[in-house]
Amino acid sequence: MKPFAYDRATDADGAVATVTADPDAMFVAGGTNLVDHLKLGLVTPEHLVDVSRLPLDQVTEREGGGLRIGATVRNADLAAHPLVRQLYPVLSHALLAGASGQLRNVATTGGNLLQRTRCAYFQDVTAACNKRDPGSGCAALSGWTRYHAILGTSSDCLAAHPSDMAVAMVALDAEVVVLGPDGERRVALEHFHRLPGDRPDLETVLEHGELITAVEIPPLAMARRSAYRKVRDRASYAFALVSVAAALDVQDGVVRDVRLALGGVGTRPWRARVAEEALVGGPATEAAFAEAARAELAAASPTDDNAFKIPMTRSTVVAVLSGLAGEETR
Amino acid sequence: MEADLTWRVDGVEHTLAVDTRTTVLDALRDRLGNTSPKKGCDHGQCGACTVLVDGRRQLSCLGLAVAHDGSEITTAAGLVDGDELHPVQQAFVDHDGLQCGYCTPGQVCSAVGMLDEVKAGHPSAVSDDLEADVELDEDEIRERMSGNLCRCGAYSNIVAAIEEAARA
Amino acid sequence: MTQQLDTTEIGAARGRVDARAKVTGTAPYAYEHHVDQATYGHLVLSSIARGRVTAIDATEAFAQGGVHAVVTHENAHRLADVSDGELAVLQSDRVGFRGQIVAIVVAEDPETAREAARLVQVTYDEEPHESVLDADSPDLYAPDQVNPAFETDTDEGDVEAALAEAAFTVDAVYETPVQHNSPMEPHQTVATWDHHDGRDRLVLLDSTQGVHPVRQTLAPLFALDPQQVTVEAPFVGGGFGSKGMPHANVVAAAIAAKHSGGRPVKLPLTRQQTFTLGGHRTPTVQRVRLGADADGRLDATWHEVVEHTSRVKEFAEQTAVATRLMYDSPNRRTSHRLHALDVPVASWMRAPGEAPGSFALEVAMDELAVATGVDPVELRVRNDPASDPESGHPWSQRHLVECLREGAERFGWQTGVPPRSRREGRWLVGQGVASATYPLNVMPGNEAEVEALDGGRYAVRIGAVDIGTGARTILGQIAADALGCPVGAVELSIGDTSLPFATVAGGSAGTTSWGSAIVAAARALRDEHGASPAVGAVARGVQPENPDTEQYSIHSFGAHFVEAHVDAHTGEVRVPRMVSVFSAGRIINPTTARSQLLGGMVMGLSAALHEETVIDPSGRMPNHDLAQYHVASHADIGHLEAHWLDEVDEHANPMGSKGIGEIGIVGAAAAVANATFDATGVRVRSLPLTADKLGG
Ligand SMILES: Cc1cc2nc3c(=O)[nH]c(=O)nc-3n(C[C@H](O)[C@H](O)[C@H](O)COP(=O)(O)OP(=O)(O)OC[C@H]3O[C@@H](n4cnc5c(N)ncnc54)[C@H](O)[C@@H]3O)c2cc1C
Ligand code: FES
Ligand code: FES
Repeated sequence: MKPFAYDRATDADGAVATVTADPDAMFVAGGTNLVDHLKLGLVTPEHLVDVSRLPLDQVTEREGGGLRIGATVRNADLAAHPLVRQLYPVLSHALLAGASGQLRNVATTGGNLLQRTRCAYFQDVTAACNKRDPGSGCAALSGWTRYHAILGTSSDCLAAHPSDMAVAMVALDAEVVVLGPDGERRVALEHFHRLPGDRPDLETVLEHGELITAVEIPPLAMARRSAYRKVRDRASYAFALVSVAAALDVQDGVVRDVRLALGGVGTRPWRARVAEEALVGGPATEAAFAEAARAELAAASPTDDNAFKIPMTRSTVVAVLSGLAGEETR
Repeated sequence: MEADLTWRVDGVEHTLAVDTRTTVLDALRDRLGNTSPKKGCDHGQCGACTVLVDGRRQLSCLGLAVAHDGSEITTAAGLVDGDELHPVQQAFVDHDGLQCGYCTPGQVCSAVGMLDEVKAGHPSAVSDDLEADVELDEDEIRERMSGNLCRCGAYSNIVAAIEEAARA
Repeated sequence: MTQQLDTTEIGAARGRVDARAKVTGTAPYAYEHHVDQATYGHLVLSSIARGRVTAIDATEAFAQGGVHAVVTHENAHRLADVSDGELAVLQSDRVGFRGQIVAIVVAEDPETAREAARLVQVTYDEEPHESVLDADSPDLYAPDQVNPAFETDTDEGDVEAALAEAAFTVDAVYETPVQHNSPMEPHQTVATWDHHDGRDRLVLLDSTQGVHPVRQTLAPLFALDPQQVTVEAPFVGGGFGSKGMPHANVVAAAIAAKHSGGRPVKLPLTRQQTFTLGGHRTPTVQRVRLGADADGRLDATWHEVVEHTSRVKEFAEQTAVATRLMYDSPNRRTSHRLHALDVPVASWMRAPGEAPGSFALEVAMDELAVATGVDPVELRVRNDPASDPESGHPWSQRHLVECLREGAERFGWQTGVPPRSRREGRWLVGQGVASATYPLNVMPGNEAEVEALDGGRYAVRIGAVDIGTGARTILGQIAADALGCPVGAVELSIGDTSLPFATVAGGSAGTTSWGSAIVAAARALRDEHGASPAVGAVARGVQPENPDTEQYSIHSFGAHFVEAHVDAHTGEVRVPRMVSVFSAGRIINPTTARSQLLGGMVMGLSAALHEETVIDPSGRMPNHDLAQYHVASHADIGHLEAHWLDEVDEHANPMGSKGIGEIGIVGAAAAVANATFDATGVRVRSLPLTADKLGG
């Protein structure tokens, strides 16, 4: 770890000003991703601005419905929040499926969205990685890619986005509230993370110094019956091979509305728009669910190591949607 | 770069100057000689370093010490009340919930923090009904304790110990 | 028959004597000892798989300040013996695998050491390398012997003819991946050089399974008498074989301490570094061919194994050895071939040989059961040999059939249920069985000392190590019965080379080997000093040879019964229930023994469901941490039961006990694989049994 100066921010504007002014400064919140990366030498900031104690730790109801979730709300507290449990169970379930109890007690909303890929080669400074070291190549292309993405990949990067929380949020049409030197702006979460393209080092639309202050989730009645399912290599405490976040509104056997997002398979939290479109207005049957998943996955470009994610995603989508459809008719 | 830090560890206040890079775990072990939290992975992947920070279970290997100025840290060594083991510790002893002992202080702190989370009504990934009260059965304990790996495989006995401590 | 102890303490369920220190975290492990004036080491590992180091630039590292030394092959203390390629740390510019030590930084504090290590610039002359096991490689070779000293190949009868005539045959290839022991305490050492009795002395606090073995290995490297090396290991956070012999990190610590200005060096491995430096289980490709008559009686058993080995140092696992005696089969052939690669050095991991070998054989037996229509439990019973097919010796005891029968009963084994016929909600449900065996290993040369203290108390001293097995507890029980005193009257000292010589805590041999020495010392005290020895009376005992080991085949046996659930959509596997029954001689302490057996079963489940270290074409182990190399977590382990037959093996040792450290893992993965087949009808022949292999 390179030596760094440490400051604890007391107000958001000050934190933004400090980091904006210093190209070698970074925010740190829970530190569960950043400190990991400092030890691995993946990032070498000279100045850390600790935003974990900023007064952004509230979950509040928005006027007109929906929730505003402060950037420093701990993942554990968000999962346990009564309104989240009641209105957006998919979000609670996604959070609880991530990491461990200890980590969730520390990890923050903002940090979770900005956690970086678990690609083994990204995490190894001796490996070529276009994300860490633009232009150096991608060791994963000839390496081990069981955990890599099959959707949204490019010839420069296959890294999957690892967050569970973000998958639920992107299904729920969340917006990220961002504070910059010139004030606040909002970005739909769906467009917050970038596809790797030929610049895998540019992971989000944030500018240096911009601070996430909150995530807002609009009201969505059908989200009361929503689900998150995560398939992984251990029953707990493991990243997703495939995950599915869904909310479904079925009436008389017909899909009236649906939200579907995928984790573990995309280079960003993957909103399955193609599948959603295929579903709406059609029958709520296993065959239709499988067909929709197939449509979404038509664009997939798997490797030998992760080709299994195509059938696994399809069967997980079918399992989740069938479960919700079953509940709906009960 | 150094920074000053004041915190309470196992009930005792300490003020020290630490390298800003020093983690809570290393500050406890290398600076204060408190080796109760263990270093199993140093990257948040095993749970051996679990301590209670202001009453909540956390991993000390991924926390910067400087970020914990003013915190109250409790390690497994600090759970003891005089000569009396904490009920969770006693249950671990009674059920042989340990073998090599290296994951054990982390398991103990995690269990203590976990039982408080249950009391506060926090759901887990295996709680089907998010709005119902938590019933702490074996599956709930296993899921909630999954952030603490035990390579010796003492899991069955640890779960039995925690069940007993939870009943007490 | 060995003279048996009268048992009072032996057999009693006693809690661990060090439990309190462990639950409070006050028990000190190697790194945790306070040493004055400590410095901190951090290793720099090679980033190529094969070649030479051409230059090392430590300028930036030293610019940090607080860096005492950057030790490289150019300036490192020269070792007196470089014949062991793994231990010849920094003795040349050669790189033999990715993740080999190329420099050691010694600094004032751990943060500086780590950062300086990051800043050391190493340049290489890279050579082409091979890192991926290829069972069809033309370069396979037969080692002279397999671990520890078994014949590489065996051939009895005419296996080919028997296969040709068999009513039923199985012919399949089974694969097991590289696995890592991954004890929760990474390898770590504190090394100090000082002077003692006018001579140099190397003082090590080490995380090891054997203090005397470390001394014996390190002394010649540094041209020292063994007495000039002292090793202490009071508490060890698991080893599972990976700390059975000292690896390069221990030598590195001793070398580093030659460069630290006389100050102690604390050298912990990072978790990632343990993957390339701490040993691993070799991957295997195993072809098993079985031939049986219409009733499922084996006539032919042919087990061929291909493994990898490091070009730096050979390690040949005895994968097919247990197959030589497991079942009655007149015609038998086994072989081991190695593929030498530019990979880290393989070594011992819990039940080396038996664990991966039993996966192949016991799944093949399940396939034979399916082929013949004989129930898998019954098939094993039918093929139980009356004497050891390999040596021809009688068994001291072979109670596999009893284990199978009792296990089936306790588990609720169902006969005649076809595969993929049971379902509970989303889960397909299946049952699986597998047998286990593990030999009685005895390590010779152990010594113990007993001294009479006042008040009828006794000091008992032996350099044994408790790596979590409960040795510190049960050796006291053995000593108590050997001395005829209550366990509370025994003051046991272990874990230090200042104590009498002890062999490694490995091969499930610790209790037999150390315990026999303690019994000998106690008997010597009684012989020399009578029933009430004077305070200060001392006697030493050397573990006697046990002639029975030449006349009898002495093995533990076991049977595992597993219920597996496989998600009908995704293929995820869960094991809600496992019941195992063991025949392992007398159980010295039911409390710690149950934990040991359960621990082996858990590691077997973990191997079944999760464990796989990848070695990619670049020679990396990309998943070299505990977030990517998955070991079982709490949520993966369901209801487990470990039972044993109430018995005594009088041929084994004075305690009547056999080893229990390893048998729990043997066969466990096969039982899971057989249960997933029963649940799904899908036969998976490679570990681990991940969702992608069973779903879709
Ligand atoms: C062993 C392990 C297992 C895990 N398993 C899972 C899992 O299964 N699923 C899952 O989803 N996650 C998992 N995680 C990841 C975990 O969820 C993240 O580490 C965590 O959410 C990050 O939050 P933090 O507050 O600690 O972020 P930090 O580490 O503090 O920060 C992460 C990044 O975000 C930036 N940042 C933080 N807050 C802000 C802000 N408000 N504005 C702008 N920038 C900010 C930081 O500069 C940094 O670059 C796991 C982590 C570990 C160590
Ligand atoms: S040492 Fe902190 S989680 Fe492993
Ligand atoms: S007791 Fe050894 S790792 Fe848990």
